[in-house]
Amino acid sequence: MNQPILACEDICFSYHNLNGETNALSHISFQVEKGEFLAIVGPSGCGKSTLLSIIAGLLKPESGNIVLNDPDHVRIGYMLQQDHLLEWRTIWKNILLGPEITKTLSNEKETLALKLLSDYGLSKFKDKKPGELSGGMKQRAALIRTMVMEPGLLLLDEPFSALDYQTRLMVSADIGNIIRASGITAILITHDLSEAISLADRILVLKRRPATIKEEIPVHLTLKENSPLAARSAPEFQELFTLLWKEISDEYHEEN
Amino acid sequence: MNTTKKTDQTSPHAAVKRECLSPQQLYIKNHHRHHHIVTFLRLLVLLLFLIMWEVSGRFGMIDTFFFSSPSMVASFFIKMIMDGSFFTHTGITLLETLLSFLLITVLSVMIATLLWYSKTLSEILEPYLVVLNSLPKSALAPLFIVWLGTGINTIIVAGISVAIFGSIISLYTDFKHVDYEKLKLIYTLGGNRFDAFHKVVLPSCIPMILSNMKVNIGLALVGVIIGEFLAARRGLGYLIIYGSQVFQLNMVITSIIILCVIAMGLYQCIQWIEHLYKKRAGL
Repeated sequence: MNQPILACEDICFSYHNLNGETNALSHISFQVEKGEFLAIVGPSGCGKSTLLSIIAGLLKPESGNIVLNDPDHVRIGYMLQQDHLLEWRTIWKNILLGPEITKTLSNEKETLALKLLSDYGLSKFKDKKPGELSGGMKQRAALIRTMVMEPGLLLLDEPFSALDYQTRLMVSADIGNIIRASGITAILITHDLSEAISLADRILVLKRRPATIKEEIPVHLTLKENSPLAARSAPEFQELFTLLWKEISDEYHEEN
Repeated sequence: MNTTKKTDQTSPHAAVKRECLSPQQLYIKNHHRHHHIVTFLRLLVLLLFLIMWEVSGRFGMIDTFFFSSPSMVASFFIKMIMDGSFFTHTGITLLETLLSFLLITVLSVMIATLLWYSKTLSEILEPYLVVLNSLPKSALAPLFIVWLGTGINTIIVAGISVAIFGSIISLYTDFKHVDYEKLKLIYTLGGNRFDAFHKVVLPSCIPMILSNMKVNIGLALVGVIIGEFLAARRGLGYLIIYGSQVFQLNMVITSIIILCVIAMGLYQCIQWIEHLYKKRAGL
């Protein structure tokens, strides 16, 4: 068994305001192995994004620990719900934003950025402004911006939710393949069950308010080819979908 | 014979040509025509006003001693150019306005930046800014005279005081309303609050800063004229007050007209800068 690249140990977190506290996360523990693709699903507003922010170090957990294997070498990449490309910068300037901020801009970084641009089919748009790109292209540019930082662990916070349905299928297939091919460890947050099944190796189902881990479902699909679109036609797909659907809708019924 | 034949040939041709205008060409033509009509009517309004003013003065319907007349204003203007007083008075007012405007812009961007950095500081200063912004600044002018004497310092401070508080408040509000997710992006890439400010907040607020400048240039002129009313021996504000005291209404009205032109010119300058920025940013 691989050594875990990330371990969340008993994470608790609450939001405070004058009217009281909102318990967002309660005793969350899980591990992610190197090269694994983990999806986290749960009803909206259950604290999924909070969990990612804590893993990324943007928020401090009230109790519990985030343990990164070899924290000096594992850089965390974060993809937000929207591309958030800065519209006054060209695509090239946008994707080099990370190295620019961390002052690690070098010839190697530029070579890597050029390679990623051509890998993702955006070379032609290098000097264009984001406004001239389609939604899917912008999302790919945002992925390049994250990948230029050479992350060991990639956090994806519903990165396809701002796209329309067709683009969403295409882009999630694209990005899924890219991540698989590069062997990066990834954690995906989504409320789209079929997206979770088609992309992930393992799915965590979160329970609402406060979020706790309700179920952990491993995904093993028999596939002819390894692509998220092929995954949707795998024989196990429907069964997993039904299982997940039941878990989520139980939540819903408890609430109402 | 020949000529009639020619016209017979060309007239159906011309008709065809007119029908050949594509809807887009027609749209552009109508657009231009509309634009010309508006410009023409604007000038007509001005011309009619000037004619009525001149004529009613000549026929004694209004007293030109109090109301002056276009021809008297024109001759006074020429006199001002000849003796050079136009250049000294207009020059000093322009200089004071531009200096106040620059100081307002620089100071308000700096102070709004500080407020953005420190939420506590902005909370502490908020009531003071609100009070100072709603206070009629002309009430402060006599104080400035006592503290700073009569002269250019007082006038520039008066110009600044009119616009700066409102400018700080509106810039700070703009800074605060930058999408938090964009700031989060900077933090996820390993940046700090300083990076967030100069990579995201400042560049995304440039359009707001420019439109803020448009308001400020007008207000700076207001402040400078108030200052000149009270504490100057030169400038258009001084000419207006002096002219009214010695019943030289030609002087007053000429100065007001020069002020109109200056106000319009300054506004156009900022608009031109805005235009250049938009062109460069490819917006």
